[in-house]
Amino acid sequence: MLSFLARRLGLLIPTFLGVTLLTFALIRLIPGDPVEVMMGERRLDPQAHAEAMQRLGLDRPLHEQYLSYLGQLARGDLGQSLRTHESVWSEFASLFPATVELAGAALLFAAVLGLLAGVVAALKCGTPLDHGTMGLALTGYSMPIFWWALILIMFFSVGLGWTPVSGRLDLLYDVEPVTGFMLIDTLLSDEQGAFLDALRHLILPAIVLGTIPLAVIARMTRSSMLEVLHEDYIRAARARGLSPARLVFVHALRNALVPVLTVFGLQVGSLLSGAVLTETLFSWPGIGKWLIEAIGARDYPVVQNGILLIAALVVLVNVVVDILYGLANPRIRHRQ
Amino acid sequence: MSLLEIDNLSVRYGPADAPPVVDDLDLRLEAGEVLAIVGESGSGKSQALLALLGLVDPPGRVAAERLHFAGHDLLALGERQRRRLLGKELAMVFQDPLAALDPSYRVGFQLAEVLRQHLGLRGAAARRRALELLEQVEIPAAASRLDAYPHQLSGGMAQRVAIALAIAAEPRLLIADEPTTALDVTIQAQILELLLNLQREHGMALLLISHDLAVVAECASQVCVMYAGQAVEVGALPGLFDAPAHPYTEALLAALPEAGTARHPLRGLPGSVPGRHDRPAGCLLSPRCAYVQDDCRARRPPLDAKRQSRARCFHPRNQETP
Amino acid sequence: MNTPAPLAAEPAWPSPLREFCQAFARNRGALAALLLLALLVVCALLAPWLAPFDPAAQHRDFLLAPPAWLEGGQARFLLGTDELGRDLLSRLIFGARLSLLIGLASVALSLAPGVLLGLCAGFFPRLLGPAIMRLMDVMLALPALLLAVAVVAVLGPGLLNTVLAIAIVSLPAYVRLTRAAVLGELHRDYVTAARLAGAGRLRLMFVAVLPNCLAPLIVQATLGFSAAILDAAALGFLGLGVQPPTPEWGTMLASARDYIERAWWVVTLPGLAILGSVLAINLLGDGLRDALDPKLKNPD
Repeated sequence: MLSFLARRLGLLIPTFLGVTLLTFALIRLIPGDPVEVMMGERRLDPQAHAEAMQRLGLDRPLHEQYLSYLGQLARGDLGQSLRTHESVWSEFASLFPATVELAGAALLFAAVLGLLAGVVAALKCGTPLDHGTMGLALTGYSMPIFWWALILIMFFSVGLGWTPVSGRLDLLYDVEPVTGFMLIDTLLSDEQGAFLDALRHLILPAIVLGTIPLAVIARMTRSSMLEVLHEDYIRAARARGLSPARLVFVHALRNALVPVLTVFGLQVGSLLSGAVLTETLFSWPGIGKWLIEAIGARDYPVVQNGILLIAALVVLVNVVVDILYGLANPRIRHRQ
Repeated sequence: MSLLEIDNLSVRYGPADAPPVVDDLDLRLEAGEVLAIVGESGSGKSQALLALLGLVDPPGRVAAERLHFAGHDLLALGERQRRRLLGKELAMVFQDPLAALDPSYRVGFQLAEVLRQHLGLRGAAARRRALELLEQVEIPAAASRLDAYPHQLSGGMAQRVAIALAIAAEPRLLIADEPTTALDVTIQAQILELLLNLQREHGMALLLISHDLAVVAECASQVCVMYAGQAVEVGALPGLFDAPAHPYTEALLAALPEAGTARHPLRGLPGSVPGRHDRPAGCLLSPRCAYVQDDCRARRPPLDAKRQSRARCFHPRNQETP
Repeated sequence: MNTPAPLAAEPAWPSPLREFCQAFARNRGALAALLLLALLVVCALLAPWLAPFDPAAQHRDFLLAPPAWLEGGQARFLLGTDELGRDLLSRLIFGARLSLLIGLASVALSLAPGVLLGLCAGFFPRLLGPAIMRLMDVMLALPALLLAVAVVAVLGPGLLNTVLAIAIVSLPAYVRLTRAAVLGELHRDYVTAARLAGAGRLRLMFVAVLPNCLAPLIVQATLGFSAAILDAAALGFLGLGVQPPTPEWGTMLASARDYIERAWWVVTLPGLAILGSVLAINLLGDGLRDALDPKLKNPD
């Protein structure tokens, strides 16, 4: 088990280094004067320009710049936002919980409904229920989520007035940001009705963000279940007189879940992509919206290290999923 | 009343006019008896067994005049009753042991499951009985094996576990579908001996599928030879092998390496088993039979009772002249 | 001894192409998808003749006109007009041309190098292979849209850069797929036989192994096509892709945001166009995969 863990974590390092190289290169590829790019200021007089060049290390050869960049990262110095002058790291840390909350809610929604739909569709294979469910899944998978968000807003927020259009919490409520997770913070605060309000704000963005993972999980669960249900050990278990409920939930589902887990992991990357769009649409103050605004405003320290942080996150999650997959599938764990 | 009574069993896949994979099979098995079913791949042996257990799923269809086990009509059985029967009175061991065990659960868990389902055993009592079962199937270090996962077991070990699962509730009939084919030659003999010992100790009837005639000759008292979905010869041993009536049985025996001579070390039958699209109008063996005559090609012969055995042939061999 | 009867004539097995067409035709969803796609292709090819108006032409007297069947609608603006008075139907038809173009171009641009890299990674597993795969891992470490956004941030917005960005983002999938397929095929007997017969690496790569990896690649290409349309629309929506007034469906939605309450057709219709196209392509991809996958064929 330990060697398995060690191998998985060992792969992290080259991948992470590769990502730093990517972000380093990305910023240097932006056309225009590098000093202007880095500092966001134009028309510096020659002396200030030269000073800035030296200060930022832009006059040194590229590989030295890269090494000093790595050194900065190692020290935890991720630069400052050009707009707010806050440290990139502190901005990220303060906005990150909002995205986690949204992504978590979306994933929960997707997992519960997706697994259910997939199992039902597999058990009722070939019936209209099966075709209908998979048709819906395919539709959900084919939708542009920013449009889906607009449609839901049009319908539920504007049309029916059930849900708010933006933000995490109504301005009425004054809630202390203890954990950064609005659902927890509102429960901890003594404001009446804040929790429900936070929930109402969360529900539509979570549905929008979770729609594609829902569709993918449903399809994957169905095909995985169908495959497992035709395996010899299921037939052998039937020959032992085990009940259908036991066959489906103890034996089939357990084995069917294993490939679905890998899909879960892949969904995290897709969730972050989707978060960018969803947060923008619902004015949800998370890292996706932060990044897009930074790109629009040419706030390059934020762009460079924000992308780095997100990539690091995705890589980490993939490693965790790999480990979970090893736990779930005993054969992988014991392989030399 | 025999323990197992099968009359005119047929299994078809697809439309009603599709050629059957099992056609007009008749069998009788008494309690404690050992019956062997012999035939090459595609002869319908496994399908017949699955039909017996009720494990033939659509688009397969099972039909029979009579499919009785221990007095139960297997065709008319409700699902609940069938589940009470399977694994308890009637159990099966499959060909590939690793494919018969759920790879995600430990051996002990799967044993306990069966014990709980059929014998109502739980907890420590279940664990004790599971240990006993593993010892019965001669697994060394049984206690540690209880916690093992199937992929950690060798083929032979896994098959022993499968046998333990099958005999857990002391069934009256154990079906073993080529239980040793997937195993190493050295292990095959051990497993077979184990099966026969268990059969003797528990007084179980044993329905053994095999394509190994030597093994069959040693353990079975009755043999059913199948070809292309039909039973072509049914009878008692050793008579059937000493004087086979059906040309196919004769060819099978002649094809054994031991039967070869210096000039003809290996004898086979020309041609191959008919598939779905090329079934002859007459006897299914007629395209390949060395003794074929015109009436063989015209009509399908029925399974007639002859002197020592029943053979599906118009011109059976080795019949003593009356 | 009599001679045995002659065996029945060998049954004729249908050729692989015929089998594939038969299997595909049995899938009604895939056929419907094919029809819808044909419609799209017709729109794309014949846009200048099919569209009633110039997509950039503004009709100042008819700003935000509703579709023809609603009150206040005009017969000549069948699907209504947008906030600048441009005919929606015409813009949608020209948008089809853009979307198909983007899809085709980005798939072509990523398929060829992707397959090549995958082949190399599979055939040179000691040094080149792992290097390529690590690079792909790094590219995959970033969520697709973010990477596309990053590329566009560097290159600047516009149609060409959108295609490039999407092509870059889709590359790892083809590399991984090809490499996995190659590794699977390399152990097969026919490859060993070819090697023994003296086939060089290049010949092995392109003549022996590649044709057998085509099936999953074709499926991935169709899925990549639909993903490209979605990504291009997303970039357009964020203002980073195709710029207005070019009638890309996503770009159209960006400006439609403000009109949710007043003019639902400006919001709904471009999105439906995207949904319909992507759905059709995904259905087609599913149908292709089912028809190409031998496991799912009827046991015979």
